[in-house]
Amino acid sequence: MSDNASLRTPSQRIAWTATIVVSTLVFIFLIAPILAIMPLSFSSGSYLTYPLPGLSLRWYDDFINSPRWMNALKNSMIIGVASTALSMVLGTLAALGLAQWKSRFKPLVLAFVLSPVVVPGVITAVGLYFFFAPIGLTGSYLGLILAHTALATPFVVITVGATLQSFDTNLARAAASLGASPIYAFRRVILPLILPGLASGALFAFATSFDEVVIVLFMAGPEQRTLPREMFSGIRENISPTITAAAVILTTVSVILLATLEGLRRRNERLKGGG
Amino acid sequence: MTRASLAGADASTEVPLKRRLRRAERARQVKALALVLPLLVFLLFTFAGPIAGMLWRAVDDREVRQLLPQTVAALASWDGKDLPNEDAFAALASDVLAARAAGTIAIAAKRLNYTLNGFRTILTSTARNLKAAPERGVAKETLGKINAAWRERATWTTIKDAGGPITGFYLLSALDLTRNVDGAIIAAPPDQAIYREVFTRTFVISLSVTVLCLMLGFPVAYLLATLPPARSNLLMIFVLLPFWTSLLVRTCAWIVLLQSKGVVNDSLHWLGIIDQPLRLIYNRFGVCVAMTHVLLPFMILPLYSSMKAISPAYMRAAASLGAPPVTAFLRIYLPQTLPGIGAGSLLVFILALGYYITPALVGGAADQMISYFIALYTTETANWGLASALGAVLLLATLLLALLYGKLVRGQQVTGGMKN
Repeated sequence: MSDNASLRTPSQRIAWTATIVVSTLVFIFLIAPILAIMPLSFSSGSYLTYPLPGLSLRWYDDFINSPRWMNALKNSMIIGVASTALSMVLGTLAALGLAQWKSRFKPLVLAFVLSPVVVPGVITAVGLYFFFAPIGLTGSYLGLILAHTALATPFVVITVGATLQSFDTNLARAAASLGASPIYAFRRVILPLILPGLASGALFAFATSFDEVVIVLFMAGPEQRTLPREMFSGIRENISPTITAAAVILTTVSVILLATLEGLRRRNERLKGGG
Repeated sequence: MTRASLAGADASTEVPLKRRLRRAERARQVKALALVLPLLVFLLFTFAGPIAGMLWRAVDDREVRQLLPQTVAALASWDGKDLPNEDAFAALASDVLAARAAGTIAIAAKRLNYTLNGFRTILTSTARNLKAAPERGVAKETLGKINAAWRERATWTTIKDAGGPITGFYLLSALDLTRNVDGAIIAAPPDQAIYREVFTRTFVISLSVTVLCLMLGFPVAYLLATLPPARSNLLMIFVLLPFWTSLLVRTCAWIVLLQSKGVVNDSLHWLGIIDQPLRLIYNRFGVCVAMTHVLLPFMILPLYSSMKAISPAYMRAAASLGAPPVTAFLRIYLPQTLPGIGAGSLLVFILALGYYITPALVGGAADQMISYFIALYTTETANWGLASALGAVLLLATLLLALLYGKLVRGQQVTGGMKN
């Protein structure tokens, strides 16, 4: 390792070793809980303890055959996909606009656009609950989709905005000078180049909606309960192994999202490196 | 062509060109703004509007005004020094009869009971025992007979204070303050004064979690920033995987690990360290552990990016100038990580302040943070004024800290998904 070469004194070596030991413990702290919950979902017993009495898929069977869990999975997908689509449209337009807009009010507008991320979930949820109830948007898919879109859009603005920052605007000018209409230039020149940024924005948006629970707690009727919402009540009442099966399914979705994002990032770096 | 005519031609085309450029630029700016506008309108409807509505509810006080209109009108001219005059008593009797007929007496009783404990009984007993409007001139006597509370000034100041249309009552309550009979701001009675403790608790938990995250996150960020990229990218998965894993999954995992028959207790028992299972969850310990786990990536990532920007040449320079490693670290390295420490700590602290799900699931009754009470008053007891006032205080604290955060990370890239 190149760094160890620069560690000359014993005290530096001790400090470095300590860093490695502490970091390893922290990595275990970060990963162990997620790994520990997985095998329990394959247990043949109904208690969440080790050692496992035997292996079985009964809790996955339970999950798949439970209308409650399947409905929650369906709702998470519907609300996640719809709010991703909506936040992509709004967020991409805004990111394109913000990239060109020059004004001293820009930081203010940007802060406003990003503020749903910072404001505590409970406050947004309570506000929406008061606001949406009289107009019939609580207990509806539309209400949840709108609320999740508001939470997800900042991530789209950030990711797409970051992509636009590294985008060479001369390419758009070149397209225009060659006679491309703005829409044609966007479709054939800009869009392909910012597509990875759009894709990671979409992943962030989907993950935000897929994991959101506070707003769902306040606004969802029994029909709109999502996976995290079902897990919340499941954990509250008593943790059955079916929840661990749901947890494994949710984690698998996260891993797929993370892997896709990492793949996009690598591809982007390769493209940049290639010139 | 002469030089003069050339110069003239230049001048005549130059001005329109400048103007044309300016016009084109202005059109570009209008177009840019038009692209941002849909999102602004959308957020107005789904975010800013609702929050403004919540803030309004924190000062909105129209229930009593609507339900006891004549009383509120009659008390408007009352100076509050002695008992109100006969007119006010007659107005109240008439209002109570009307409210009982309309079935709205309980709503007024509920609101007045927030200010004066026992008002519900006063109003309902009055409504029950008042058969008809009292004769002219004996309203005071009649009401006094039904309930002695009507002979007390505090009863009447309560109605006057709740007469709206706006009130500072809920905001004062959120800070454990109230107004006494003479309108001076004083400490709330002990049975109602719980929010300062809740705010303190929220602050203490958030601070403990922030300190824990900093202590655990610093070495990890240092390691990741120092290792060659191939290795640190691999280790980064240990930070990013929990970051992307559902909050509910992680909370659930901690319950499984820390419960009395859980992995941690079993291991400790097996190792012979304990005889009885330790209580590791549904208490402050569980809340801090689970919240630290959830928020640690938010500390590591900003620390990592600030450390990544520090050139190793500085440390080498310090060493070559004779600084012992500890001195070099404290005087050269640490100061350069301060922006990262500040950003990470502020981010974790801000996110921790608003936490609801994790304490609700792994905390006991004494570990619930401010968000829990906001949720409680919204959905369970429907004391929307108080819920909104507590929300307003939390929002103010969050925004002030976010402003500070914004100043710290200006120019730096904001990344990450926030979960709570």
